[in-house]
Amino acid sequence: MSKILLFLEPFKDGLKRTSYEVITAGRNLLEKSKSSSKPYDSMLGVLINGTEAQANTAKEYGLSNIVLINISNLSNYSSTAYAEIIKNVAKENDASLLLFAGNATGLELAPRVAAKFEAGYISDCIGLDIANDEIIAKKPVYAGKAQISTKILSDFKVFSLRPNVFTSVKSDASDLNLQTMNIQIDEKFSKVIVKDVIKNEGKLDVLEADIIVSGGRGIKGPENYHLIENLAAAFGGAVGASRAVVDAGWRPHSEQVGQTGKTVSPTLYVACGISGAVQHLAGMSSSKFILAINKDKDAPIFKVADYGIIGDIFEVLPKLTEKVKNFTGK
Amino acid sequence: MNILVCISRVPDTTTRILVGGDGVSIDTQGVKFIVNPYDEYAIEEGLRLREKNGGTVTAICVGPDAAKEQLRTALAMGVDKAVLVKTDKYFDSYFAAKNIAEVSKEMKPDIILLGRQSIDFDSFQVPSYLAELLELPSVSVVSKLTIEGNKVIAERDVEGGKEILETELPCIISAQKGLNEPRYPKLPDIMKAKSKPIEEKQPVEVEPKVSVIGMEIPSRKRIGKILADTDADIEEIVKSLHEEAKII
Ligand SMILES: Cc1cc2nc3c(=O)[nH]c(=O)nc-3n(C[C@H](O)[C@H](O)[C@H](O)COP(=O)(O)OP(=O)(O)OC[C@H]3O[C@@H](n4cnc5c(N)ncnc54)[C@H](O)[C@@H]3O)c2cc1C
Ligand SMILES: Nc1ncnc2c1ncn2[C@@H]1O[C@H](COP(=O)(O)O)[C@@H](O)[C@H]1O
Repeated sequence: MSKILLFLEPFKDGLKRTSYEVITAGRNLLEKSKSSSKPYDSMLGVLINGTEAQANTAKEYGLSNIVLINISNLSNYSSTAYAEIIKNVAKENDASLLLFAGNATGLELAPRVAAKFEAGYISDCIGLDIANDEIIAKKPVYAGKAQISTKILSDFKVFSLRPNVFTSVKSDASDLNLQTMNIQIDEKFSKVIVKDVIKNEGKLDVLEADIIVSGGRGIKGPENYHLIENLAAAFGGAVGASRAVVDAGWRPHSEQVGQTGKTVSPTLYVACGISGAVQHLAGMSSSKFILAINKDKDAPIFKVADYGIIGDIFEVLPKLTEKVKNFTGK
Repeated sequence: MNILVCISRVPDTTTRILVGGDGVSIDTQGVKFIVNPYDEYAIEEGLRLREKNGGTVTAICVGPDAAKEQLRTALAMGVDKAVLVKTDKYFDSYFAAKNIAEVSKEMKPDIILLGRQSIDFDSFQVPSYLAELLELPSVSVVSKLTIEGNKVIAERDVEGGKEILETELPCIISAQKGLNEPRYPKLPDIMKAKSKPIEEKQPVEVEPKVSVIGMEIPSRKRIGKILADTDADIEEIVKSLHEEAKII
């Protein structure tokens, strides 16, 4: 029997939220595999350049084995180095199923590791299940206009999970068995390294937010964007934008949601003065709930909306913001 | 500079998608195919690197005979050569990466440029897979690229900010919107591209790694409570967010 290996990423005092999602997804697969003819025997987390305290938080999600690897000659992320390390951990521990978060790091790293094993890889999964002894992954294709069920044919399997789709659920593991290793990485594996990270200080990124409020061309100019920002603040969410807004130079590209921007799956997506073009929907249609505000009752965005207000955003947004504040107190 | 640009052939972004008779792929009847939009940034970056450093830009596509149309678009934009690794079968990203790797081994490019993902299957894997097969450094989703001598500085968006990465040539870069503004091919160049040669190659056969077992159009089970803009309506929506969706 072999193991399920989970790639974990450190963040502040714990792990990235997506890492807990990966642990929960791993736990579900492990459980389901038990009643199949190809059971996995346990889960193992791998955390690179993290701390014991950070690793310890994984316990609350039911993970009881972690390999913590500290690279003494490399403190920054390097895809080539990390891929090599994950390969070695997988080999040494007889893992044959690997799960990554489908974030910027995971999307780059997972196929690299898959290639080392000449293994099949499925990115951006929104569902993972076991049926007839096989792992079946669901993923959106054609910008979310269709969805496929797909399986990996090689024995070694790699998947990445779309952030925010797999909910993390707590579960007690008795104890955390932490194996710490200090290693040196050969220079040939660190030919590409992160030199610097520029943080969007004080700003919540759309990729990390539970609630996103986005503005479209209907907002008419950058000087009106405070209406969007105020509503986002009332929700405690992030600010996003349509491409029309980004192309006009009103907002930075890092806020763009859609096919050529970011793909997001928040609990609530609020589209203000956005028509709902397919390329915009591609980036947000897997949101749990969608609220649209548009003055055109025939705007396509209403077709995918759970909640809609037909009206002028200049009048609706201030009122909506006040009413939301009454609930959230923000 | 020896530059290789990888392009894939995908349905136009606005195409209506219908599941085909086989239940695992789309019905291609009436579907317009285009150069994958991200690959246009890759082509443009290749052309700019050539303008600055001299050399040649080769475009490669693994795909059916019809993909010549997309290679001609690349030729019209200004690439020097086009290679089609011709296959009529359904193939996965591994097949594409493996075949691009074969051609790269002969060509030994200084840089390989790709798009960040193909907008058909959004598989997001050819650049990294290729990098491992060729044992080259790579940076994905690059929105700014600076090359001085052998030194490469690339910028990419990550959650909550930007990463600045450093690497060296030869390397693999996948392009994100923002990297540049792709040029539109001019009519005379489109005409000229029609008669330019496209080199055809036979693929190396590799075992498929993944298999699609079903395709469906997702049904949107949305609540669909669409109201007007009176105070009472707005109040009602906020109440739903609280009681029904339990968001606030
Ligand atoms: C290859 C490709 C990739 C693309 N990628 C993306 C992408 O990543 N993201 C993206 O967003 N787009 C993308 N697009 C562009 C997309 O096709 C649309 O052009 C874009 O989404 C439109 O933005 P919008 O909804 O803000 O503007 P519009 O379509 O102009 O819509 C504005 C809306 O605001 C409403 N409105 C106007 N005034 C008010 C008011 N006072 N109150 C209420 N409502 C009002 C109008 O009724 C209208 O529905 C892409 C296009 C292509 C071809
Ligand atoms: N069949 C193909 N032929 C040539 N290049 C491809 C092919 N498939 C993917 N690519 C390149 O790899 C990038 C990422 O695609 P993917 O990994 O399939 O999402 C694309 O933007 C192309 O640059």
